[in-house]
This record gives sequence, structure tokens and C-alpha cells, in this order.
Amino acid sequence: MKILIGYKRVVDYNVRIQVKPDGSGVVTDGVKLSANPFDDIALEEALRLREKGVAEEVIVVGIGPADLTAHLRNGLAMGANRAIHVVTADAVQPLTAARVFLKLIEKEQPGLVILGKQAIDDDANQTGQMLAALWDRPQATFASKVEIADGKATVTREVDAGLEVIEAELPAVITTDLRLNEPRFIKLPDIMKAKSKPIDTIEFGSLGVEANDHLKTTHYAAPAKRSKGVMVKDAAELVAALKQKGLL
Amino acid sequence: MSKILVIAEHLGGKLNSSTARAVSAAVAVKGEAIDVLVLADSVDAIASEAAKIDGVSRVLTVARPENAHPLAAVLAPQIAKAAAGYSHVFVPSTTFGKDVAPRVAALLGVAQVSDVMSVEGPHTFKRPIYAGNAIITVEADPAHTVVATIRSASWSAAATGANNAPIETLAIDAALPTHTRFVELKQGASDRPDLQSASKVVSGGRGVGSKENFDIIFKFADKIGAAVGASRAAVDAGYVPSDLQVGQTGKIIAPELYMAIGISGAIQHLTGIKDAGTIVAINKDGEAPIFEVADFGLVGDLFKLIPELERAIG
Ligand SMILES: Cc1cc2nc3c(=O)[nH]c(=O)nc-3n(C[C@H](O)[C@H](O)[C@H](O)COP(=O)(O)OP(=O)(O)OC[C@H]3O[C@@H](n4cnc5c(N)ncnc54)[C@H](O)[C@@H]3O)c2cc1C
Ligand SMILES: Cc1cc2nc3c(=O)[nH]c(=O)nc-3n(C[C@H](O)[C@H](O)[C@H](O)COP(=O)(O)OP(=O)(O)OC[C@H]3O[C@@H](n4cnc5c(N)ncnc54)[C@H](O)[C@@H]3O)c2cc1C
Repeated sequence: MKILIGYKRVVDYNVRIQVKPDGSGVVTDGVKLSANPFDDIALEEALRLREKGVAEEVIVVGIGPADLTAHLRNGLAMGANRAIHVVTADAVQPLTAARVFLKLIEKEQPGLVILGKQAIDDDANQTGQMLAALWDRPQATFASKVEIADGKATVTREVDAGLEVIEAELPAVITTDLRLNEPRFIKLPDIMKAKSKPIDTIEFGSLGVEANDHLKTTHYAAPAKRSKGVMVKDAAELVAALKQKGLL
Repeated sequence: MSKILVIAEHLGGKLNSSTARAVSAAVAVKGEAIDVLVLADSVDAIASEAAKIDGVSRVLTVARPENAHPLAAVLAPQIAKAAAGYSHVFVPSTTFGKDVAPRVAALLGVAQVSDVMSVEGPHTFKRPIYAGNAIITVEADPAHTVVATIRSASWSAAATGANNAPIETLAIDAALPTHTRFVELKQGASDRPDLQSASKVVSGGRGVGSKENFDIIFKFADKIGAAVGASRAAVDAGYVPSDLQVGQTGKIIAPELYMAIGISGAIQHLTGIKDAGTIVAINKDGEAPIFEVADFGLVGDLFKLIPELERAIG
């Protein structure tokens, strides 16, 4: 079985994002970029499935600009067999990303596609679900445990009410939650090895995917700031203050 | 004119308050009709609750055994069919809505607006990105159906009681897949208030130190009638179950009172509490970033301070 992984590059989660003063976007020049943390988790899960003998090949997919190569090399260093780089200079919205994945699925015929539940830049939380709909296959979102046996995935999902367990016949789309696993660290020799692993580049335009731009972002703003409050000296003062506000 | 279809979220035969919050967002669109769609195995109790929400024009029901559990692959084709004739489909931005709404959007071939915080016009919305560090204004193409998830914490629930909207059965001819099956829901049995709708929340972090120690958080929460939440670090360490996680990747909440105890205040955590009325922080480190956003800060050891708080409350 092949596993396809969404491997998106995003602004590192430690970066404090600043909105440009003219409201035209956020400052991304010179900020640290990393793999979307949920996508590292997706890749780790696929590698474990390969190590267990459930899968033979793990392919990381990145949709983005020409300089995405170094990022994809990280995925290869972590252990993916090969990478596919769909090259586009334009920002890709989730529906378009899903349509790209569908094209790659038609070609690669994976048994499983694992994406992050959300990318931490846009926080859209859509791509996996949209892909599953277009592919007409099961989706198991927000996964914290995955078991593959007898042609199906048994997935534990982190939902608001607790933990939900569902069964999904393969092929299927899974999206990862934080507690699915702890991704491994990349070791130096792996970085060397990754240099000889293949990266297929595909021009976005050659896929015949309709770039969907039904949504236009017209303005960026900084969120309303909470102002710093007061420090109280002890428990009694805190309780008095909360009682005065009618909160206790 | 806009016609809005709101998808009801429910569990165990009861309507979730996120539905009435999504109705509030629908009201803000100022359209001509707001219909609530109830998909369940047995719809009556849920539908009559939905019919009481102010602003609702009609409640539409689809009762099918396949709808006993909220499987996105099963619900989405029905919602996509029901969406015909509507300009907007609103779904609460809970794990239910986040799971099903994008699947509906893809079936309709449209983009989705995630986490709507405010409605600026029938096709103009504000939503957060980068863990709430930027707020964008997005414009949806009026030529297409708007599928949106509604950020519960930004909307108060529409009032109930005065309305008595008609309830109608909807016949939907959609082939439903069997490739996805519900197995079980493991719910932490709790008589405590629900984290997402509670007016008071007490959260513990890594500073609480262990699962056993977390009892002190639960006890204190019970004393003031609060729901219990946690940081990701506390969940990862196994102190509490995952459904208590508050933050960017957990629950986004807006209680009147939020007490963060032994939580440092990482941006991913703060994303979840930005809309809280009053934030109280208790931390032994006076430099902890949580104090930057707290309305009331108290520096000290939580194991000493919580008993003192309990005594002071009386
Ligand atoms: C340099 C740059 C600038 C951008 N600027 C903007 C902007 O100003 N405004 C804007 O709206 N968008 C912008 N985008 C696009 C945006 O960041 C997202 O790619 C897009 O909106 C998809 O949403 P999401 O990733 O949040 O989707 P989600 O549904 O949250 O993503 C879930 C998962 O889908 C997979 N996935 C999604 N996209 C990709 C991808 N490209 N490659 C590989 N896997 C993927 C991943 O596994 C990911 O974890 C920019 C992108 C880049 C690279
Ligand atoms: C992609 C991504 C998503 C994330 N999503 C979330 C999310 O949704 N929610 C979330 O919470 N986090 C999230 N995180 C994690 C976040 O970055 C922090 O690591 C986490 O919030 C830290 O939890 P904490 O404050 O409990 O622990 P710490 O940062 O370790 O803080 C513990 C605090 O307890 C204090 N303390 C210790 N002992 C005592 C005592 N006896 N009395 C009083 N105070 C004491 C310490 O001074 C310290 O400030 C995410 C991270 C990533 C990368």
C-alpha cells in the first residue's frame, strides 16, 4: 500500500505573527518557516505503518512555490520514500488543494491519504474533508489513534464530546490530531541520504485543476488586544474583586 | 434575498447550544428566512427545541436510521441536497461542524468560510487566522452558495421561548455510503457544566503536576459551579482527557470567568480564551505570559492558593 501525505510549509508556530500596517497581509518576509506540525504527525504515522509492514511506500506532497524543495527534503530525511512538488506561486485555497490531491490520487492509487487536521497558518481545517468528498471515500478527521487491518482503518477521533471510534474502509482520508504520535527527530545521516531521494515536480497548470477563488481576502487586521489587568496580593483580594464583579 | 440553512448539532436527543449560536449569525445576515435542518434517527425532541429558537422560520427534519450518529460521509450528501435554494449553509464550528461542513462545501463545489466571527454583510465575513493573531475580512462570491462554520465563542445563543416555528419533514433522495461506520463514543461521564457553554471555567496546566493533583482543580471548579478545562501540556501528560483541551487546536471558549491555574499562557492556549469576559491567572512565576492578558493576576503556589481561595469564598 502507498500512503500519500500532505506536507505543507507554514510559518513556524513560535513566530508571533504581525499584521502589515496597511492591512494587506501578514509579515512573512524573513520569518522562520517549518512543516505544519500536524503534517509531521501525519508523516510519522505513515512511517510507523511502513515499519509495521502495513505500507510499502510513503510519499510527501507539497503544493507551493519553487523554493519548497528544501522543505520537502526534510520530509524525505524524516523517512518518506519520495516527494511530489506541485509548483505554484499562487496561494492555494483548500478546495484547490483537495482537487490537486485528487489528481495525484488518480495517478498514485494510494490506500491511505493522511493530512493534518488544520494548517496552523490559515487554520482552515477543510482540505482532508473536501478531498474525501471529491474522492467519494471515507474521512476520519482529528485522529488520535489509527489501526489498519482487514482493509479498513479503525480510527479514534478527538471530538468535543470525548473520543469517537469509527471504521473506514480503505482507501480513505485521515486527518491528524496532536496526540496521534510524537514525530521523530531528523538525524544528520538521514539528511545526507535524503539528497538522493526523488522529488517529482509537477506544474500546477499541467494538472488541469480549476483554481477556485470564490473567497477573496480583502483586509487583514490585528486582533483586538486584551489590556493587562491588575495584580492582586492574595486570595482574599482576588475573591473580593470577583465578588464585586458578580462573578462569584 | 438571502435564505439561510442552519445545520442543527445534537447529541443524545438534545440540541447543542452551538445551534442557537449559529442561528444568531444567520440573523446577522438579515435574510428573508432561516431554516434549521435536523438530521437524526429520531428527530422530534430535537426539532421541537429548535422550533423555539427566536428567528427560526421553519425546522426541517430528516429521520433516518443512518443518521443515528453524526458521520460526515453520511450527512454531507443529505445536507448538500437540502441546500438547494439556499444562499447560505451555516454549521457550528465545533468538531461536528468542522468535520461535516467542508465535505458539504466540496460536494457543492464551493469554498468554505471557516470560523465566522462576525457578519459584515450577506457575503462579507471576518475570521481568525494564525491562531487568532490576525483577523481577515473575506468576501464570498455571491454567485455561489456560502458554506460557513460559525465560531461559537463569538456569538451568544439566540433566545428561545417566544418562537414556535413550523416543523416539516423533508424527503431527501440521496444515496448514502456504507463505507464509514460508527463504532462507539467514549464520553467522560460528568455532571459538571459543559466546557463549551459554561459561564465559568477553571483550567489547569502542567503546573498542576499530576492526574491525582488535578482533583484540586475539579474540587475548586465544583465549589464555584465551573466547568473544567486544561492546557495541551496537561492533556498530553495524561492528567485529563483530550476533550478538556482549550486553545487553537482544542476548544475555543468564551465564559464570563476563566481561571488559568498553573498555565504559562502560550499563544496557542490564549487563542482559546480571547473572548472570555474576565481572565484570572494563578502562577508561581510572576513573569509568565498569561499575566499579560489576565484581568486579575495572583502570583504564588497553586497548592497553597487554591485552599486559601476556597476559604475566602466561604
Ligand atoms: C507563501 C504563501 C503565502 C500565502 N498567503 C496566503 C494569503 O495571503 N491568504 C490566503 O488565504 N492564503 C494564503 N496562502 C495559502 C494558505 O496558506 C493555504 O495554503 C490554503 O488556504 C489552504 O488552507 P489550509 O492549509 O489552512 O487548509 P487546511 O484544510 O487547514 O489544511 C489541512 C491539511 O491539508 C494539507 N494541505 C493543505 N494545503 C497544502 C499544501 N499547499 N501543500 C501540502 N499539503 C497541504 C496539509 O496536510 C494540511 O495539514 C499562502 C500560502 C503560501 C505558501
Ligand atoms: C501546533 C500546536 C498546537 C497547540 N495547541 C494548543 C492548544 O490548543 N492548547 C494549549 O493549551 N496548548 C497548545 N499548544 C501547546 C502550547 O504551545 C504550550 O506548550 C502549552 O499550552 C503549555 O501548557 P502549560 O501552560 O500547561 O505548560 P507550561 O508552559 O509548562 O506552563 C506551566 C506553568 O505552570 C506554572 N507552575 C508550575 N508549578 C506551579 C505551582 N505549583 N503553582 C502555580 N504555578 C505553577 C509554571 O510557572 C508555568 O508557567 C500547541 C502547540 C503547537 C505546536
